[in-house]
Amino acid sequence: MEMSSNDIILDVTDLHIEFHDHDKPEVAVEDFDLMLGRGEIVGIVGESGSGKSMSALAIAGLLNRKSLTKSGRIMFDGTDLLTCDRKSLRSYQGDEISIIFQEPMTSLNPVKRIGWQVEEPLFIHHQEIPKEERKKRAIGMLKAVGLDKAEDVYNMYPHELSGGMRQRVMIAAAMIGDPKILIADEPTTALDVTVQAQIVELLKKLNKEMHTSIIFISHDLSLVNQLCQRVIVMQQGNIVESGRTSEVFANPRDPYTKKLIAAIPKIDLSDDRD
Amino acid sequence: MNKSQFKRNLRDNPYLLAGMIIIGLVLLMIIVGLFWTPYDTTAMNASEKLQGISLRHIMGTDNMGRDVFSRVMYGSRITLLIAIGTVFIGAGLGTIIGAVTGYFGGMLDEVVMRVVDALFAFPSILLALVIVSVFGTGWIQLLISLGIAFMPSFARIVRGEVLRCKNMDYVENARLQGVSNLRMIFVHILPNIKGVLASSILIGFNNAVLAEAGLSYLGVGSQPPYASLGKMLSDAQQYMFTTPSYVLCPGIVIVLMVLGFAFLGEGISRWK
Repeated sequence: MEMSSNDIILDVTDLHIEFHDHDKPEVAVEDFDLMLGRGEIVGIVGESGSGKSMSALAIAGLLNRKSLTKSGRIMFDGTDLLTCDRKSLRSYQGDEISIIFQEPMTSLNPVKRIGWQVEEPLFIHHQEIPKEERKKRAIGMLKAVGLDKAEDVYNMYPHELSGGMRQRVMIAAAMIGDPKILIADEPTTALDVTVQAQIVELLKKLNKEMHTSIIFISHDLSLVNQLCQRVIVMQQGNIVESGRTSEVFANPRDPYTKKLIAAIPKIDLSDDRD
Repeated sequence: MNKSQFKRNLRDNPYLLAGMIIIGLVLLMIIVGLFWTPYDTTAMNASEKLQGISLRHIMGTDNMGRDVFSRVMYGSRITLLIAIGTVFIGAGLGTIIGAVTGYFGGMLDEVVMRVVDALFAFPSILLALVIVSVFGTGWIQLLISLGIAFMPSFARIVRGEVLRCKNMDYVENARLQGVSNLRMIFVHILPNIKGVLASSILIGFNNAVLAEAGLSYLGVGSQPPYASLGKMLSDAQQYMFTTPSYVLCPGIVIVLMVLGFAFLGEGISRWK
């Protein structure tokens, strides 16, 4: 890879995740490598069960089940996220590394106001910020994710918002701490197509303006093609192909990648990445 | 919620309205009783004992010639205080135990919940009797013993709800924001179960009123000459046929309290 070591903010090597729920151990992720540059957007694609979400959860530090072995290294900021203690992990979560989920409908706490939920990461990680400043930043963030009446939304409850608006709120909450890495785990799957395009545009905008690196997990190759500079294709826990998105799309080497590309509905595949 | 919405909700919810009216009346009686009673609650009058309902004594008098209405005003205050205290102790302890065991699970959960189950297996009156017989009679002991006796049911309810909530996406999401365990339990999860908790607290009130009445009836609650509704019932039972008003009036107030809290609980659980 043609990046200098200064530009690499996340370095995953030989990640290996194994479940022990049943008699026979099941391998969820094998030999997963990922180097994420500053301000880069990397896509991970693959069918369900291919290990893409497991890898992302491992990076986010959400894999602490007992019936699970993991090995490898996830280096971030000089710390191995796989082995570090919970306290330092927690200090990264929501502040330096944020994640947004597939399900915007259920990912917001139904009894808390939107503003409160957007401010929560700030409240936890930056208690020195006064209340008014927090509110100002939350409203600013809500505006940045394209919610027009940010002041009104600030005082609303989740049930008053549509799915697309909730996903925008989730993104606002994830981005308020100005994280270095945003993991988007199928952020558009539960949304309809026009809203999908808007969310992808929003991620692109945030990436450009705030220089946040994004790991975009999806099974939708056309979205990955629109958004990501690099792509990793996974099948059954293994990386079958990775490289620049344009190259992978132009010359897929692996038969599975070819099949995935062939499965994209034939619409305009023009490349509008920059 | 604005005022007209509140009114509309109230109209669609007769339980809540009925509960509020009944409890309001009982509370009014108790509050007035704090400042004024028609007669001294402990003043005896030998010439007027065991009278029926009259204008002079609207609930009659008891076997010592004391005014039953004045004593009901005072006694409902004691009964209500004990019920509130019981639920406060029971729900407080139960919520903490249930939330912590449900959230962390594992060995802690197993051990603590088995102890709670063992407590649950005792009839609450029996448990309270044991505690009262060890620590002596009086309303403080009664309060503590009933509180402990009521704790298991709250612990179970809260634990079940926390188990339901802790795997919700928004909890997972909050965990990813770096929320600590305590903050997760008390700020993120507990507010989501307040509806269930509120109606079980009101049901708890009912049981506490009844348990207080039962225990006072057995003679371990407030001691003479002070009144509580259960104590009055137990004193009145010998005169049930000669002066029915003496046993009926405190009994009706107990029924009203229980009914009012039951309606309130039902109304709150139907509240949108």
